[in-house]
Formats: sequence, C-alpha cells, structure tokens
Amino acid sequence: MSAITRDEVAHLARLSRMALSDDELDHYATQLDAIIEAVAKVAEVAAEDVPPSSHALPLTNVFRADEVRQSLTPEQALAGAPAVEDDRFRVPRILGEEA
Amino acid sequence: MSLIHKTAAELGALIAAGETSSAEVAEAHLDRMAEVEPKVKAFLHVDREVTLAQARAVDARLAAGEKLGPLAGVPIAHKDIFSTHDMPTTAASKILEGWRPPYDATVTARLRAAGLVILGKTNLDEFAMGSSTENSAYGDSHNPWDLTRTPGGSSGGSSAAVAAYEAPLSTGTDTGGSIRQPASVTGIVGMKPTYGGSSRYGVIAFASSLDTPGPFARNVLDTALLHEVFSGHDPMDSTSIDAPVPAVVEAARHGDVQGMRIGVVKEFGGEGYQQGVLNRFHDAVELLESLGAKVVEVSCPTFTTALPAYYLIAPSECSSNLARFDAMRYGLRVGDDGTRSAEEVMALTRAAGFGPEVKRRIMLGTYALSSGYYDAYYGQAQKVRTLISRDFEAAYQQVDVLISPTTPTTAFKLGERTGDPMAMYLADLCTIPSNLTGNAAISVPCGLADEDDLPVGLQIMAPVLGDDRCYRVAAAVEKALESRWGGPLLKEAPAL
Repeated sequence: MSAITRDEVAHLARLSRMALSDDELDHYATQLDAIIEAVAKVAEVAAEDVPPSSHALPLTNVFRADEVRQSLTPEQALAGAPAVEDDRFRVPRILGEEA
Repeated sequence: MSLIHKTAAELGALIAAGETSSAEVAEAHLDRMAEVEPKVKAFLHVDREVTLAQARAVDARLAAGEKLGPLAGVPIAHKDIFSTHDMPTTAASKILEGWRPPYDATVTARLRAAGLVILGKTNLDEFAMGSSTENSAYGDSHNPWDLTRTPGGSSGGSSAAVAAYEAPLSTGTDTGGSIRQPASVTGIVGMKPTYGGSSRYGVIAFASSLDTPGPFARNVLDTALLHEVFSGHDPMDSTSIDAPVPAVVEAARHGDVQGMRIGVVKEFGGEGYQQGVLNRFHDAVELLESLGAKVVEVSCPTFTTALPAYYLIAPSECSSNLARFDAMRYGLRVGDDGTRSAEEVMALTRAAGFGPEVKRRIMLGTYALSSGYYDAYYGQAQKVRTLISRDFEAAYQQVDVLISPTTPTTAFKLGERTGDPMAMYLADLCTIPSNLTGNAAISVPCGLADEDDLPVGLQIMAPVLGDDRCYRVAAAVEKALESRWGGPLLKEAPAL
C-alpha cells in the first residue's frame, strides 16, 4: 500500500499554494511515497516518554528595548515589489467576486 | 608564488605591510575567475567594478591608518544566500531572480567592517536544498578535481571557488552538511560553527532551527580567522548565543592532540561507505593515535535515525519559511492579468518560481505538519532529536571530540543522483546529527581515495561552543599530513 495517494499530493499542492500540472502531480506522488516510506523509520525509535526537541539549544524569548530605531524608507521597502501604487504594495484582488 | 596561491593570512600580512594592495589582490583573483569560470561555474553574480571599488576603499582605509583585522583587504566569495545590498541575492531560485535586498546580512556587514572584499556571489542548490548544486535554477557548479563531478552542496559554488584558487576564502551555510560535505569533496576545510554562534540575520531562511553560517578556506588557520571575523552575538538574531566566540584562532595556531580523548562513531561506516573513504579514515585514526590522542570507539545508536528525522524537520520548517514567497512584496509575480485573484497569482508564481526539490520539500513538510500526521511524523522526529542529543551527551562524557568520515563517498558524478532524491540525501548521513543538536563540526582533508584519487574529508565534532576543539584537532591533522605530503592536498589537483 502506498503511503500517500495522488489525491493527497494534489491536496498538499493546494495547501502549499502551488499550481502544479498533472504530470508534476504524478511525478511527486511517486517520489513522496518513497521518501515518506523511508522517513517513517522515526516511528520505530522514539518512545512515548521521550520529550520532543524543537530546537538544538535551550532558548527563551528575546525582546529588544522598545525604542525607535532607523528602519527602511518606503522607497527601500518597495524597491523589490512586483507592483507599486501610491507608496504601497499593489496586489491582485483578495476577495472573491461574490464577496 | 602568485597572489592567488597564497593563504588568506599571508595576503592579509602582505597588504598590511604595504607590499601589495587590496586592489592588486582582488584584480589577481578576478583575472583567475575570468580564466577558469567557464569550466568551474562557481559564481552566479560577479561585478568587477563593484569588487574593485570595495578593494580601493579598503586600501584607502588602511592608508588613513584605520586599524582593521588580519584579513583586511583579502577577497572572499560569498554564498548567494547572504543578503548584499550592492549585489543581487537569489538563493539560486527563479523566484528571486535579480532581487536586490535593501540591507546587508549581519555576516555580510561584518565582512565589510573587517575589510574583506566580496568577489561575487556563489552558486548553491536552490534555497540551500541539496548536496550537489544541481538544484540551482542557474546551472551546476563543477568540481575542480574532476569537472564531470559535483563540488558538493548546497554551498558548492563556495567550495569550488576556493578549491579552484578563485578565492582564498568563502562563506557557506550548513543546515544538514552544506558546508562540511562540499569542503570534503573538494579537498578544502569547512566549518559548521555551533548553532547560534554565527548570525542568521539576512540569510535567506531554509530551516531556521538548523541553518548555520560558516567559513571555507584552503587551510585550518584561514578558516578560523574568517570564523572569528563574522561570528559572535547579534541582537538582530533571536537565536544568537550571547557568549564570547570560542578561541578558534588560538586553537588553529596550536594544533595538538596530546592526551585528548577522541571517539570514533561506530555507526558511521560499513555498508554504503566507499572503501577508499574508510581507508583514509582509518589512516587518520592511526595518525591521531601516533600524535598522542587516546582513540576509543563510541556507540551512538540513534545516529542512524538522524537522516529520516532531518528529512521531516527540515522540510517542515522550510514549508513554513518559504510561505513568505507570496508574489506580493518582492520577487517574481506570474499571471497577474487583472482578472486573477491574489491566491491564484500566488499559486501560479510559486509553481513557476520554485524548482522540483523545493516543491518536493514544501509538500513533504506540509504533509508532516498536517493534522492527523503531525504526531506520527514531525512529533516523532522531534523525539528522535532528543534521543540524538542524549547520545551526544553520553559520548562527550567519555571523549572530547567525535570523529567520522565527513561523507560516505567522494564527489559523485553530475547527473548520477538527480533522479533519486533518497540517494542524494545519503550524502549528509554523517553530518546531520550535529545540525539536529547544534554541535560544532569541521571537515578537514585527510587524503585521496584509492579508487578514484579524489579527496576525502575527516569530520571532527565537538559539543556546543566547543568550536575550538574542532580547530585544535583539525590543525594537528593538517600539520602532520602536510609534512607527510610535502604541502597541502590541493596541490594534487589537476591544473584547470
């Protein structure tokens, strides 16, 4: 039995906001199946009572002092934007026609 | 000896003494690049005028009496994942083609402050995901030892540039082995500092709990000098360690393993390892014993599950990090014809802008983090991470450092593993555990494999903030082997 179906891969592509072609979906379904089977080994070693580590080092949140600092100018911040209008990022419509 | 064959320390001293200038040294390297780049293809962006202007500015600072460090005026190749305000920064992805960051990464800023001169931006696997540079959207880099082979990856442009004498120094980032593996297969030195020892600010993120900037050079001392220049606490990186940089330069100058306890990781060897790699590794073990180290075998049984854990943790973090490429604020935008929604434009842009390996990892990470699978995959991988830390802790109760081959094989042929992602992933088998636990680790050349006369690397791993131990052992190995070889291993490389 395969670990992941083509439909699941299509769902993952949608969740990841990537408009993949049918050929790509076929290709990734096969590869992801092989990879997931290989990485599933992690289930064999870690017991119930082992605490998870999200990070290599023990860390606590770091906050900087709440003071005004120099930051990017609007020109700098917008310099790499695909589209600009009135000192703002211009984006495609974000609401559906029915909204 | 020509300028390009000198060490970074020698170049720094010559420039400081006024016997040559930074501009002259930069020019010599730019000329070398013009000569060999058609074969090596280490660089993605080169701008002769920008580089020479930097060099002249350093010469002016020195002439004005400004006190800069030992690498002032020395040129460096900079991995194209570090933000540079005066050169494009693409992470070798189409989604960032031509992008110019509005600011410098902390590492970049510290290089400039110390008077290093950036020769250009080097090739990598897209977003540092890969072990060969074959995932770059802009073509492969080639191994100077054999142009039909990969220089490793992801920092393969940086390893190739240094091994080809295009630069005496380069930068890399190491998430699962992306500095040590390319150093190993090109016969140079590469160091992954302790996680948090070098700043991630302005480095395009792949897997934030693993990504670690680090140095490459042709010898241990130069590597340590560069390590010292860009390391240390950075308030702009919330995971930066607020502690002094370990005394890496001092350690590199005084390689000595007399009385040191060195552990050989039992699990790294045997099936899947090239015989010539194992032979050189065993020679290195004997060498360390002859130099007065006490070498013992150490078992770290969970290291064999580091690779599967890594290929869940790194893709999970990448799927989240790469969500920022949304076609709205910077980078590529595809299909914005006035009728499509932002979400449609985003999906078209990401499909067009990301290469196959990046797409694979984003989907794998999305899968591992999705409800219903989270506990079985990401959750389990995090537990494995704990177990690997425990194995390291137990090992460091018995020994000062651990050693292994850096990679299971020498440089593989371009095209050999591109069809099989799992085969490609095996290149990082020995390097991944140190990323999962944040340990320091270095790769230093230890000879040529019998089968193919290609370089083999020795990996030396040390506890968190034990970076100096890596340099101490590496320097001792380098000194002993170079006196045996009559010079650096790289002199065996064929002329380009």
